[in-house]
Amino acid sequence: MNLQINGQNREYPSPLTIVQLLDQLDLAIERVVVELNREILTADKLADTQLTDGDTLELIQFVGGG
Amino acid sequence: MDQLIIAGRTFNSRLMVGTGKFASNQAMVAAMENSGSEIVTVALRRVDIDNPADSLLSHIDRSRYLLLPNTSGARNAEEAVRLARMARAAGCEPWVKLEVTPDPYYLLPDPIETLKAAEILVKEGFIVLPYMPADPVLAKHLEEAGCATVMPLGAPIGTNRGLRTRDLIAIIIEQAKIPVVVDAGLGAPSHAAEAMEMGSDAVLVNTALADTPDPAAMGRAFRKGVEAGREAYLAGLGPQRQKAEASSPLTGFLRNN
Repeated sequence: MNLQINGQNREYPSPLTIVQLLDQLDLAIERVVVELNREILTADKLADTQLTDGDTLELIQFVGGG
Repeated sequence: MDQLIIAGRTFNSRLMVGTGKFASNQAMVAAMENSGSEIVTVALRRVDIDNPADSLLSHIDRSRYLLLPNTSGARNAEEAVRLARMARAAGCEPWVKLEVTPDPYYLLPDPIETLKAAEILVKEGFIVLPYMPADPVLAKHLEEAGCATVMPLGAPIGTNRGLRTRDLIAIIIEQAKIPVVVDAGLGAPSHAAEAMEMGSDAVLVNTALADTPDPAAMGRAFRKGVEAGREAYLAGLGPQRQKAEASSPLTGFLRNN
């Protein structure tokens, strides 16, 4: 299935949950905020949410800023 | 003890610091520690999924600093609200430094979109600290919208040019019933001291600490500037005069007339 992650198109085999995707990207759950199709997901939903073809994800983290 | 109170929360330091543009996380932490600050700002950006850098938060002691996420990068109210909600979803307390800067050259805050975003975020329960043009009328509108502070700019972000908006900030201070935090453009401890001497409640500094060969020392210097300015404000500055007024006695000199 095709996922758009932070503006980039990527192919992943399904089924895939968000937690599994983060694991594949080597991203700890605690450090990212996940927005799926413009909806913010709280941490408790990440393990249960299955990704489907065409989903758009934003993976956001804190960086230095003023 | 002279404490700063924002939205019912008490702080001993009147210096907030930003975490952007430091050459290393070590330099950032040293500047933060020496500044005595208790509030540090952070930004939200996309993860580089091909090359996830180490997490900024692992360098910030959350028991010591209140994390104040900003909405930098937002060009309108909708984007700012989206960023604020993301920050809250990340487990931050619902404090947000609201920034809406559509113009990339001067990064000046958009007053209309800032007010619009502030109204939405206050309704959603956020503690909103808006970065704003030094406009006393806008400051009143933001106060009435329920913002916790106003944060007028001294000069455009990152310019280090000091309190170019001094006269307007004086009016904002005179009229505000919420804390006034001068943000942006303060490049030297003397600028911070000047803002505090005028009666600002706090200042926020980033570039001046990050863009120096010695952020640790500059953090300490700004701490002293802010403390000196605050103490002078509380003491009360003496009046200014056009003509000299001798400090030494005018009588008893070595002559007879």
